[in-house]
Amino acid sequence: MKKKYTFGWDQGVSVFLVLTVVVGGFISEYFATIDNISFVIQDVAEIAIIALAMTYLIIAGEIDLSVASILSLTSATVGFLFRNGTSFEVAIVGGLLVGLLCGLLNGYLVTVIGLPSLAVTIGTLALFRGLCYALLGNEPVNELPENWIVLGYENIPGTFLPWSAIPLAILAAIAWIVLHYTRIGRWTFAIGINPEAAKFSGIPVARMKLGLFAMTGLMSGVAGVVYTLRFASASPDGAVGYELSVIAAVLFGGVAIAGGIGTLWGVLAAVLSLGAIRSVLQLIDFSANALLVVSGALLLISVVVPRAIEIYQSRRKSAFVTKI
Amino acid sequence: MIKKLAKVVAAAAIVGALVATAVTPASAAVPGIKTGLKIAIMPKAVNIGYFTAWDKGAQKACKEIGAKCTYLGPTEATGPAQVQFINKVIQQKYDVLVISAADQNAIVPSLKKAKAAGITVVTSDADVAAASASSRVVSVLPAASDRIGTAEVDWIAEAVGKKGSIAVLSASATAANQNAWIAAMGPYLTKKYPKMSWVGGTVDKSTFYGDDDATKSTAQFAAILSQYPDVAGIISPTTVGVLAAAIEKKAKSAKVKVTGLGLPSQMAPYIEDGTVKKVGLWNPIDLGYVAVYAAARAESGTFTGKVGTSFKAGTTTYKVTTGGVAFLGDPFTFTKENIKTFKKIY
Repeated sequence: MKKKYTFGWDQGVSVFLVLTVVVGGFISEYFATIDNISFVIQDVAEIAIIALAMTYLIIAGEIDLSVASILSLTSATVGFLFRNGTSFEVAIVGGLLVGLLCGLLNGYLVTVIGLPSLAVTIGTLALFRGLCYALLGNEPVNELPENWIVLGYENIPGTFLPWSAIPLAILAAIAWIVLHYTRIGRWTFAIGINPEAAKFSGIPVARMKLGLFAMTGLMSGVAGVVYTLRFASASPDGAVGYELSVIAAVLFGGVAIAGGIGTLWGVLAAVLSLGAIRSVLQLIDFSANALLVVSGALLLISVVVPRAIEIYQSRRKSAFVTKI
Repeated sequence: MIKKLAKVVAAAAIVGALVATAVTPASAAVPGIKTGLKIAIMPKAVNIGYFTAWDKGAQKACKEIGAKCTYLGPTEATGPAQVQFINKVIQQKYDVLVISAADQNAIVPSLKKAKAAGITVVTSDADVAAASASSRVVSVLPAASDRIGTAEVDWIAEAVGKKGSIAVLSASATAANQNAWIAAMGPYLTKKYPKMSWVGGTVDKSTFYGDDDATKSTAQFAAILSQYPDVAGIISPTTVGVLAAAIEKKAKSAKVKVTGLGLPSQMAPYIEDGTVKKVGLWNPIDLGYVAVYAAARAESGTFTGKVGTSFKAGTTTYKVTTGGVAFLGDPFTFTKENIKTFKKIY
C-alpha cells in the first residue's frame, strides 16, 4: 500500500511543477522565457545535485545537515589551492576529494562510532564551516580562470540549458537507475524500512550507510565546484542555509522523513517546483518578505500533508494491517 | 563656537539641499538625462533602515529626472540572494540597475549578464572587487576607505581619553566595505595614538563579526567583554552592530565606550541618554541620490564613468577618481547637539 501512496505524491509534485510553469507563464510575461528558465535551472543546480544524494540518505533513515558546509569547504579548498599556485583543474580535484573525505568522516562517526546522524552532522556543520574560515581567512578568492567561470554563467552553445545542466542530468540519471533498478537501491529502501531486518537478511547495513554518507559528501563537493564557478569566487561564508533548502526539496518530493519511502523523480520535480515558484513570485513583484512566508509555508505543507495522508490511510487500512 | 557654527551650517546645507531639490517640479526634465527611464534600486537587503534612507534619496532623484524607480532586493544580505533579484531586473528589462553589492565577487557574473542585456549598472554604497570594476559603469561611494576607518579611530580615541585597548565589532567577515575600513584602522592607531592598543594584539585579532544580525552582534559584543574585561572601547563600523552594542552596553551598564557608524534615527535614544557620545555616518540619502544621477546620465549617454570625467547631481559636481569611483565626502558625526535634527531625516 505504501508504494501506491508514494506514487501518488510524486505525481502530485510533478503536476504541481507543470501547473507552476503554465500558470507562471500566464501571470508573468517574463517567466516562461528561455533566459529565465535557464536561470531557474542554474539557480537550483547545486540544491538539486545535493538532493540526489540526500534522497538516498533520508530513505535509508539517516540525514546530513552538514551538506552546505561541505559545499562551502569544497569551494574554499578549490580557492585555497588555486590561490597557492596549483592549476585550477588540480584545485577542483582537491576540492572534490575534500568533499568525499567530509562525507566519509560523517559516515565513520555514524556507522563505526554509532552516533546519531542528526547530532554528528550538526557538529560537522559547524566544524566544516570553521575550516572554510581557517583556509581562506577573510579574503575571498576571485580572479578565477575566465575559461572556467564562463561555464558557471553561460549556456551550452545553441541551447537554453546552463552548463551545470550536464553534471546534473548525468548524476540524476545514474542516481535514478541505481535507486530504482539495482540491488543497492533496494537495500537502501530495506535499511530505511527496518535496519534490523535488513541486517538479518544479509545486507551490509553499516557499509551501505558509510557509502551513502561518502556519496553525499562527494555530491556536495560537486555542488561546491558548480557553486564556485557560478559565483566566480570562493568565499568562506558561501551557501549558508542551503542544507535546509535541500532537505525541504527532498521532503517536498515525497521522501518520508522517517525513511523507507521516496522516489528520485519526485525529488527532482520538487527541486524544480520550488525554484520555479520562487521565480514566478519574484517576477510578479512579490516582496522578498512575502517570499519568505511562502517558502516556509511550502516546507510545512510538504511535511504535514504526507503525514496527514499517511494517518488517514493507515486508519482506513487499519483492519487490513492488524490482520498481518 | 566657530566649529559648532560650521556644523550647523553643514547640517543646514544638507537639509537645505534636500528641501531645494524637493521643490523642483517633477515635470521639468534635467538636461542631459532621458525621461521615463526604468530604474531598479537594489540594496544589500531590504528591511534595513540605512537602505530605506538610501532609497529615499534615490527616489528623490528619480522624481527630478522623471524616471520610474523600483526598490527591490533580498531579505538576506548575500550575493547569491541578490543574484536572483538581478535576474529579475534582467528579465523585466530595466534600463538601469543601481546596486549595493552584498558580495564583491559573487554578483559579478550576474552584473556582466545585465550589462550584456544592455542594462546600465552603477554600484553605490558597496562596490564590486577592483578586478571586476568593468562589470559596472561607476561606483558612488561614501568616502575614501582609509578616511572612514581613521575617522572612527579618532572618535574612539576621543571617547576613551587616548589610552587603553580597543576592539572592533564588524559586519560579516567578507564584507568588503568593513574590511577596507578596518584595514586602515590598524596602522593609524599605532601611529597616532601610541598609548592605545588592540585587545588581541593586532586589529585582525581584535575584530569580531556580528554578521549584521542584531542577535549575533549582541552575542559578539558580550563575547568581547567576557574575553577582554579590560577593553576600553569598541568600534562598530556597521549600523546593525553599533545599535546592538549600544543596547547591550545600556542593559549591562558596561563601562566600555562605543562608537561607530550608526543611523541617527536608531541611535538617537542612546546618544540622548549619553550611552554613546558620538557616532558618524555619511548621508545615505545623498548616496542614493547621487548614484541615480550618475546611472541616469550614463544611460542617457552624457557620462562615461571614465576616470577623470565628472557628472552633476543636483547642484554638486562629482569627479570620478582612480578605479572608477566617485566619493561623496567625509563622514558626518552625530552628537547630543545635532541628533534631534538628524533623527527625523534618516
